[in-house]
Amino acid sequence: MIGRVLLALAAAVLVAFLASPDSFAAVFEPFTRNNAPPIYRQTPLWSLTLSHLTLVALAVVASTVVALVLAVLVTRPAGREFLPLARTITSVGQTFPPVAVLALAVPIMGFGAGPTLVALFLYGLLPVFENTLAGLTTQPPNVTEAARGMGLTPRQRLWQVELPLALPVILGGMRLTAVISLGTATIGSTVAARTLGEVIIAGLLSANTAFVLQGGLVVGIIAVLIHEGFQALERRARARIGQA
Amino acid sequence: MIDIQNLTRIYDGRAAVDDVSLTVEAGQIAALVGTSGSGKTTLLRMINRLVEPSSGRVLIDGQDTRQVAPHLLRRRIGYAIQGHGLFPHRTVGQNIATVPRLLGWDQAAIRDRVDELLTLFQMEPDQFRDRMPHELSGGQQQRVGVARALAAKPDLLLMDEPFGALDPVIRAKAQADLRDIQRRLGTTLILVTHDMEEAVTLGDRIAVMDKGRLAQYAPPTEILTAPATPFVRDLIGLDQRPFHLLSLTPAHVLAREGQAEGPALPRDATLRDALAECLWSGRDALPVEGGGVITLAALRAQAAPQARAAE
Repeated sequence: MIGRVLLALAAAVLVAFLASPDSFAAVFEPFTRNNAPPIYRQTPLWSLTLSHLTLVALAVVASTVVALVLAVLVTRPAGREFLPLARTITSVGQTFPPVAVLALAVPIMGFGAGPTLVALFLYGLLPVFENTLAGLTTQPPNVTEAARGMGLTPRQRLWQVELPLALPVILGGMRLTAVISLGTATIGSTVAARTLGEVIIAGLLSANTAFVLQGGLVVGIIAVLIHEGFQALERRARARIGQA
Repeated sequence: MIDIQNLTRIYDGRAAVDDVSLTVEAGQIAALVGTSGSGKTTLLRMINRLVEPSSGRVLIDGQDTRQVAPHLLRRRIGYAIQGHGLFPHRTVGQNIATVPRLLGWDQAAIRDRVDELLTLFQMEPDQFRDRMPHELSGGQQQRVGVARALAAKPDLLLMDEPFGALDPVIRAKAQADLRDIQRRLGTTLILVTHDMEEAVTLGDRIAVMDKGRLAQYAPPTEILTAPATPFVRDLIGLDQRPFHLLSLTPAHVLAREGQAEGPALPRDATLRDALAECLWSGRDALPVEGGGVITLAALRAQAAPQARAAE
């Protein structure tokens, strides 16, 4: 209950701040020196937030689709031998630092949102892949047996039984991917992607702590909200199939 | 009629089921019993091709099961397993509707069938149709599992330890209900169990499996009085033999003219119930509902295999 109130409060503060940053100038004033501006004004904060979220959403959707398809393929009898390969691909995606991906992608794709999207996509594959794999391979044996015994085809079993039962775990993977991407997207601003990282970097370059703080806070609050949102979805999906 | 011919399944060079042949007449119940690892479940699963036989064949009403695609074959055969295997994300009604939906029945027919089955299994349709499986008791889940297996009106029903997860009181009731429903629908039933008592209570014939082979396939009386191998005798349990035997006969069959004191035995009670009642109430004779009495002496004669052989 207290958690809900705090979340609602955080969401309200966030919306108010994005709608009218200048009203919060007094709050950030103490963190500035030499009469530097307390609020970032080069680009409207709400517009940076929107493009940040769009970038993250695109990356999460892309990595979810690819990771889901991979996990489904390697759990089918015909695709089982590709499991080690798929594992390697997704874990390399996670091991390779996003900064390095940016550095490598810029010469090919140029500056802008493209390299960031690639970095986030690769970084987000692993959680969804591993969770989907776990969800699909730990189905209750008697449910699988009943589904086969009643004459569901493999495809019907996948869509009507396996994926619905794996849904809570898949959502858990998406939650991880979304939260990681949200934070990682900030470094996209180093290669000119329009994200909230722009505010933080501007603050670091001009030694303006107020900028760093407001950029960080906005990203942080959104991360917490997304995390909680996914958890609520997971709880609902779990309750539906009778898991506590 | 189910005709199993020389069915064999080899796993890693070992035969889990070894050249088993048996026939189940339409409308009859065959109980497959044996210890764990005896191959009884593998044999059952070969009938709906959840396991493919290494050799041999199964004929259902004369048709070789290999001529039908496995998933189409399975939609024609009811299948209920231990722990029910209900789909946890679907309501009771949706679970029961599974096979009719696969077969493309129209919505109205499916709805009618779901309600009909819920009523048959003594669950109020309005109250249970939209519940989730995890909201039901174990006994209710098991009944929904059997109802789902019967939904598309299969002529053949396969059950693998369907009552294994139930406590003894509910199990006895579930067995009686199943027997009742099976008789009413005329469904052929093949049932796997490790419980000899369940096999004796339900089976028209009992198939005893031992290390993949069929040790004996005979009516319960014959299994009890003339076990074919030492294994069959051990499986029955010498201490349980007379009680199993008595449980096969309803009380009214043995009722004779006479007088007896005390409360009457229900007409459909078994001789085993009669014996228990005699011992418990200290009476030598019991009246039976609908006339006649059963005496302890008659029960003793009935329970002794020697006496039966002499008849």
